[in-house]
Amino acid sequence: MAGTTKSVDRSLLLPRWYSGIQGQSLILRSITTLMLAAGAGVIMLPFLYLLSTSVKDRDQLRQSPPQLIPMAATTVEINGQMEPLYQVVIDGQTREMALIKNRPGGKGLFVNPDRPDQTYELAIAKQTPLRHLEIHWENYPEALRQMKFNKLIINTLLVTFVGMAGMLFSCSLVAYGFSRFRAPWLNVLFILLLSTIMLPSQVRLLPTYVLFNKLGWVDTLLPLIIPQFFANAYDVFLLRQFFLTIPLELDDAAKIDGASPLQTLLYVILPQARPALVSVAIFHFLYAWNDFYEPLIYLHSPENWTLAVGLQTFNALYAVNTNYIMAASVVMILPPIILYFLAQKIFTQGVVFTGIKG
Amino acid sequence: MRSSIKPLSFSLARREALWAYAFITPWVIGFVVFTVGPMLASLYFSLTDYDIVSAPRWVGLRNYVNMVHDNLFWHSLSVTFRYAVIALPLGLITSYLMAVLLNQKVRGINIWRTVYFLPSVVAGVAVALLWGRIFDPKFGILNPFLEKFGINGPGWLSDPQWAVPALVIMGLWSVGGNIIIYLAGLQGVPTDLYDAAKVDGATAWQRFRYVTLPMTTPVIFYNLILGLIGTFQYFTEVYVLTNGSGEPARSTLFYNLYLYQNAFRYFHMGYASTMAWVLFVIVLAFTLLIFRSSDAWVYYEGQLRGR
Repeated sequence: MAGTTKSVDRSLLLPRWYSGIQGQSLILRSITTLMLAAGAGVIMLPFLYLLSTSVKDRDQLRQSPPQLIPMAATTVEINGQMEPLYQVVIDGQTREMALIKNRPGGKGLFVNPDRPDQTYELAIAKQTPLRHLEIHWENYPEALRQMKFNKLIINTLLVTFVGMAGMLFSCSLVAYGFSRFRAPWLNVLFILLLSTIMLPSQVRLLPTYVLFNKLGWVDTLLPLIIPQFFANAYDVFLLRQFFLTIPLELDDAAKIDGASPLQTLLYVILPQARPALVSVAIFHFLYAWNDFYEPLIYLHSPENWTLAVGLQTFNALYAVNTNYIMAASVVMILPPIILYFLAQKIFTQGVVFTGIKG
Repeated sequence: MRSSIKPLSFSLARREALWAYAFITPWVIGFVVFTVGPMLASLYFSLTDYDIVSAPRWVGLRNYVNMVHDNLFWHSLSVTFRYAVIALPLGLITSYLMAVLLNQKVRGINIWRTVYFLPSVVAGVAVALLWGRIFDPKFGILNPFLEKFGINGPGWLSDPQWAVPALVIMGLWSVGGNIIIYLAGLQGVPTDLYDAAKVDGATAWQRFRYVTLPMTTPVIFYNLILGLIGTFQYFTEVYVLTNGSGEPARSTLFYNLYLYQNAFRYFHMGYASTMAWVLFVIVLAFTLLIFRSSDAWVYYEGQLRGR
């Protein structure tokens, strides 16, 4: 990380607990940590709610307010019926008993599961219902089966990875062209390229749809994949920034060895630019995996949907099955999260933004 | 140097240029086919009546006239502006403060960063569905939480008054992407500036106000521009949460959603193209306005060094 070298010297002069990048006191750092923890709690809570909702059954879903830990009432079989188990107090003694019948006045009939013939009439409100952790993992296979996950994941992977290959191929070529050569109008073209970052996509979306419709590509994956082979401003810019940091001497050496510019790109630049290639690839994965607008307008039949469209439709049709919807949502966000943890450095060091490894 | 061998250098320069053009060809083709061509085509469509099936019929400026008299157009514009006016500053400030916190040297800072960036990688449909459940007045977790502080939570997404604020809250949760960019900017502030400020006896607040803040205005500028464009393209969340309807009482009929409805529900491609071009002009105007104002508040390192 940039910018920490100087304070290291200072920290040698002060006790370890005192020193900080800007000479902060222990109190300041404690406050910082507390605020960070509070923010982290707010960020993590929705994830916990998502996870816990995804493993609840219908009865657990109906609890209001919802429990963050998926608990369920403990039941026991009495005369062939499942009855809720309570912790009851009789004559100062605590026992586990089942509630078998409600009586007027908030009272109920309780029995000892081992001796069902002997009943006790007690006030229900005074007894504690027994609860236990109940996790319904079976929601996951059920949700995936209902939303026809197998088809959706294949389409999503195709769009994501074929598109990624196209993006890496085209953006490498274009970034190389913009970073290593002098040519008339090249700067103007580069500014044009950059300006497209700020172009709202709607202004080109409808005619592009009409074009793909004329080609007969609507309701296929092609409109989502093919444009990736024609480079995009964002990734070209990141790659070019990185290419500019690779010493020209390497190009010259290759040139002296008789390498053509294409060979130089393949054997000199690209191997050097691996961190930047990885970061644009990750960025593309996240974009393609989460993209909704274009799959929504181009993919009409269910067998062509991507996960994003499939999940939205699944919710539109079966919104009451919140547990299944949430289970499918967990599955959808899991790959980006796993990727994120694997490639954490790229995010935390700002490579995604600058294309340059911090 | 090269002028002494002019013919050779001419051909060298020419070959170099040819290589450059060859390498950028994929983008040039894409630029023509997927950007310039469609932009001109949508300008043409905006002057026609077009339903995709039959050929476009020239109607002149009628779509533009209709638009001025279309209450829903103005409504969707105001929904979008209302969202932008709250969400944009709130998001920029929150993510900046978070980035400042994450730039402190405290124990386990990498773990905190990991947590704070996490929401930015999971954007999209799944997140919208999750928040839809969180906002549910009965089975969500937000209202029971507010109740603990004695606040009787509203119906959020089912209440026309509270649907947009709900979307703002949801957006705030996902500001991780902004944080990453801010953090990169904060880390790029040269340490010697802080040291110099300390030598001059600046307090922590003064160091923030007169070193950190000015030095990070380029990234604030960047996030502001991209945030503005993003706001006008706001779509996925509201489509997922309202099944594309913009309900309740059209309170979440964002500009882009109304454009989508016109294009792909009613197949009024001509009118939708008109809306697309008006959107383009609005975004361009705001972007230019921010760019113009940037001279007053954005500092670039080169500038600072040059003084």
